[in-house]
Amino acid sequence: MNVLLDYFPEFRDGFIGTVSITAVSTAIALVLGVVIAGFRVSPVPPLRWFGTAWVTLLRNTPLTLLFLVTTFVVPEILFPGMSAFVLGSLALGFYTSSFVCEAVRSGINTVPLGQAEAARSLGMTFSQTLRLIVLPQATRTVLPPMSSILIALTKNSAIAGAFSVTELFGWQKLLSEEGYDIVPIFLWVSLAYLAVTFTISGIFRILERRLEVAR
Amino acid sequence: MSASVLFDAPGPKAIVRNRVYAVLGTATILGLLAVMIVRLSEKGHLAPEMWDIFNYAGIRQNIADAVLATLKAFGIAAVGSLVLGVLLAVARLSDHKPVRWLATGFIELFRSIPLLITIYAVWVGFLTDYSMWALAVGLSVYNGCVQAEVLRAGVNSVPRGQREAAYALGMSKTQVMATVLMPQAVRAMLPTIISQLVVTLKDTSLGFIILYPELLQTARLIASNTQVNGMYPYVSTIVVIGAIYVAMCMALSAFATWIEKRGRRAKTGIGTAAAAEPAAAGAVLGGEAGQAAGNTVIMGGPGGGDGASGGNGAGGGPGN
Repeated sequence: MNVLLDYFPEFRDGFIGTVSITAVSTAIALVLGVVIAGFRVSPVPPLRWFGTAWVTLLRNTPLTLLFLVTTFVVPEILFPGMSAFVLGSLALGFYTSSFVCEAVRSGINTVPLGQAEAARSLGMTFSQTLRLIVLPQATRTVLPPMSSILIALTKNSAIAGAFSVTELFGWQKLLSEEGYDIVPIFLWVSLAYLAVTFTISGIFRILERRLEVAR
Repeated sequence: MSASVLFDAPGPKAIVRNRVYAVLGTATILGLLAVMIVRLSEKGHLAPEMWDIFNYAGIRQNIADAVLATLKAFGIAAVGSLVLGVLLAVARLSDHKPVRWLATGFIELFRSIPLLITIYAVWVGFLTDYSMWALAVGLSVYNGCVQAEVLRAGVNSVPRGQREAAYALGMSKTQVMATVLMPQAVRAMLPTIISQLVVTLKDTSLGFIILYPELLQTARLIASNTQVNGMYPYVSTIVVIGAIYVAMCMALSAFATWIEKRGRRAKTGIGTAAAAEPAAAGAVLGGEAGQAAGNTVIMGGPGGGDGASGGNGAGGGPGN
């Protein structure tokens, strides 16, 4: 208890940091993931190859390596002095986008064949079929894996703390370096993460119930 | 649904349009790559001297040691997580309520806490001087919980008749679990188990943060201790070490996919799960664990099958 009260402002900043890096990289991951999933099923071969390469590469790269890349390589390419928060959310967002893409793609695979065939026979183009017919129906099956992916993203955001982003792991590190006992620190940090992950799974449960249809 | 269902067989106009998109897309991707390369070489990161450092015997020795260190931590964690996974799965399926609750609590707690937090706590709290063991213990605990859930899903997917027949033959609970259920569960879940081992291998990179001299930590040490042309060779080191990592992980992923395809060919026994990572699915909280674990497998099914038969996967890794 003491640990938390003595360092409450830092804890609060860490918590806000975890939530905000999760939110920003979720946005990046969702947008990129859906776009790349679209690439992977598109009629244009180079885009398909690009999507496949993107997913294969990012899924087989350790996240810590991506953080190193964004810390040391990306500022050299873009411009020096980018904030750790931006770089961290880029790494997390890109990494997670490959998982989002795969979830969306297998969601697309679960939409009954007849739907796309009907859309095509109405004369819809590829992007219309995907946007108006297939993706909306895929949403329902994509939600449960998406919830797990976002929870994994929240947990992965701890690594950002090691790359000088203000978040909960940073707080744990700070306090253990101050010489506090690790057990209570560990418990408080775990509780904070549990709060975030429970919120995410709660939101998704509500969404799932909303989108549920009687068949 | 395979990708080709989403669009008609292209006619003359569509072929032209697709070609235009193809050229534009390729040009954009190549353009971005070119910008990256130009920017990097402007700053001197692509100078030959930067890459020459990998010709030094010392640095090569460092990298070889680092690969060994990574594999050592991975080996211990793999064995540890599998042993712990079997124990926890059996405990969670136990008939005794306290054992079941304990196992459930343990699994849910450690699965929902970031791995890094666990590793760091183990390192600071118990094994300050043994970073390899801290890393291996942290990895074993977390991945053991995930493997336990995978195995539990496997055991639950074994047809009821198997268990009933075994009991009818007069086998004890231990015998049923050890000789009838577990072997079939392991066989069905082998691709998923190996995919989780890929995750374990990737997560050994967290040793970077607790200063265990594995690949990434070595990369940082090499880069920050060598000076070439007045600069630190971060870019070249990261590229080389990254390639080693990606190669190791892809080899193990390919193994998982191979096992999955091999299992699909077999006509006997229950179907093989997709080589999807349950950890990509991450921690699932509370009561919905079993349901979500089931989802992972179901979701993996069509994607994996599609990759195998539809041919649009183009080696793009397992579904889900």
